[in-house]
Amino acid sequence: MHPLLETRQLKAFYGDFQALFGIDMTLDAGETVAIIGANGAGKSTFLKAIAGLIHGEADNVLLDGTPIGARSASDIVRLGVALVPEGRRLFPSLTVEENLLIGDYGCKVPGPWTLDRVYALFPVLRERRHSATPALSGGQQQMVAIGRALMSNPRVLLCDEISLGLAPIIIAGIYAGLPQIKAEGTSVVLVEQDIVQAMKVADRVYCFQEGRLSLTGRPRDLTREQIHRAYFGA
Amino acid sequence: MTSWLDALIQGVLLGGLYALFAAGLSLMFGVMRLVNLAHGDLIVLAAFVILFLAAKLGLDPFVAVLVALPIVFVAGFALQYVLLNRTLGRDLLPPLLVTFGLSIIIENGLLQLFSADSQRLRSGAIETASIPLGGGIAIGVVPLLTLLSAIAVIVLLNLIFYRTPIGRAFRATSDDLEVAQLMGIDHKRIFAIAMGLGFVVTTIAALYLGLRANFDPTIGPARLLYAFEAVIIGGLGSFWGTLAGGIVLGLAQTIGARIDPEWQILAGHLAFLVVLVIKPRGLFPRAQD
Ligand SMILES: Nc1ncnc2c1ncn2[C@@H]1O[C@H](COP(=O)(O)OP(=O)(O)OP(=O)(O)O)[C@@H](O)[C@H]1O
Ligand SMILES: [Mg+2]
Repeated sequence: MHPLLETRQLKAFYGDFQALFGIDMTLDAGETVAIIGANGAGKSTFLKAIAGLIHGEADNVLLDGTPIGARSASDIVRLGVALVPEGRRLFPSLTVEENLLIGDYGCKVPGPWTLDRVYALFPVLRERRHSATPALSGGQQQMVAIGRALMSNPRVLLCDEISLGLAPIIIAGIYAGLPQIKAEGTSVVLVEQDIVQAMKVADRVYCFQEGRLSLTGRPRDLTREQIHRAYFGA
Repeated sequence: MTSWLDALIQGVLLGGLYALFAAGLSLMFGVMRLVNLAHGDLIVLAAFVILFLAAKLGLDPFVAVLVALPIVFVAGFALQYVLLNRTLGRDLLPPLLVTFGLSIIIENGLLQLFSADSQRLRSGAIETASIPLGGGIAIGVVPLLTLLSAIAVIVLLNLIFYRTPIGRAFRATSDDLEVAQLMGIDHKRIFAIAMGLGFVVTTIAALYLGLRANFDPTIGPARLLYAFEAVIIGGLGSFWGTLAGGIVLGLAQTIGARIDPEWQILAGHLAFLVVLVIKPRGLFPRAQD
């Protein structure tokens, strides 16, 4: 049995600068994995490399055992891996509803996630469906970004800091949607600065430090000291 | 008094032609941020395509243009897919250089094939037909058709951009190329479709260019300038703005010519400068740029 998603010795470069130095990760079907680490550790780079925005070797990333590391971003979403990018990155000239509808532009695979289903998950979006996205609150924008990614009915959902810049009560509202997403069989990779939040929802945690894996394990098996050391270095 | 009213009417009608010139340029810039320096020559090339098809197939230009539209769509698609997509990126210079080169190639190719002689699209009585409005004012049928076609093109482009999935993809790709790819959008294909559509609009413009006046292979750059001015006057990113920009330019030229025939072109450029001074982002800029 293959894991659903696997990275093997994943490296990533920005020009001459190496941001990742060989990351091994596995994600099983139905699992939620959290990636934590300090600013600049390479968390976003890792998700971008999986999503195809940074190209690497074909067999550095495997989906269901198939090498996808060299595929383009638009291919990878069709294969069932969707990214909620850091900073939401909504399309400003599209309305809320158009932002959601564009989510399945390239891949109309049948699945549980439809416009109605996303509105049921985040009802406030239905009220704001014809608004321009810059007019939304940060939390609402994040809901659109998640809904947009769900519209492609992904098997793997990659989320980059969905709590960034939001008040705790808003974060709780967004995370309240996670069980429903998981209930549809979607596996999730969460990049999260908020360690407490990450520990609460993740089955396993990977900690990055300066482009390398510094710690991995189940949340209940890890001690505060271990995490502190993995996060900030010895 | 009638003379000024006449100038206003003729100016608006001329504006329709400039709006048609500009709509294709506006579309290409809007979707792929491409400043197409070959646009004027492409209009002239399309006029020769219509001329050629009309002569070879014995068709009226209005029919020949319908034959030409699918051909130019494919040509535009291929040009973008094979050549122009390679030039787009962070650096603004390559697309400018390549379209400038294209402009030179088209102009010289046309000179070789068709010589420097003036040409005209012939469509019989409609060319000189006019509708009298009374008081000594009459509007030509072809100029009226030009304006109506410009309005129809703008309405259609707005429908495509704001009411269809491909239009959403155009806008999304223009907003954020990277995230558009995350939506499964193949931006190279989207750009190629946009260029095909741009060629279609350009060819409609070419029909009226050739019906209203003589053309030869060298008149492209001046058409580019008018198109460019109309787009900037109207404000980048708005098709209705482009129509307004064309009309402002047409009015300025026509009124300038009434004051002194030599002032026609100069008056258009002055109007362009005045708008830029008063509203540097054009009359109808897109809100979030
Ligand atoms: N486009 C880029 N060009 C060059 N270097 C980059 C680029 N993006 C990121 N980097 C560098 O790569 C390293 C990893 O960045 P990355 O954004 O992946 O970190 P991160 O863990 O997501 O940080 P944060 O918590 O701040 O989001 C950093 O040193 C960063 O400066
Ligand atoms: Mg990051």
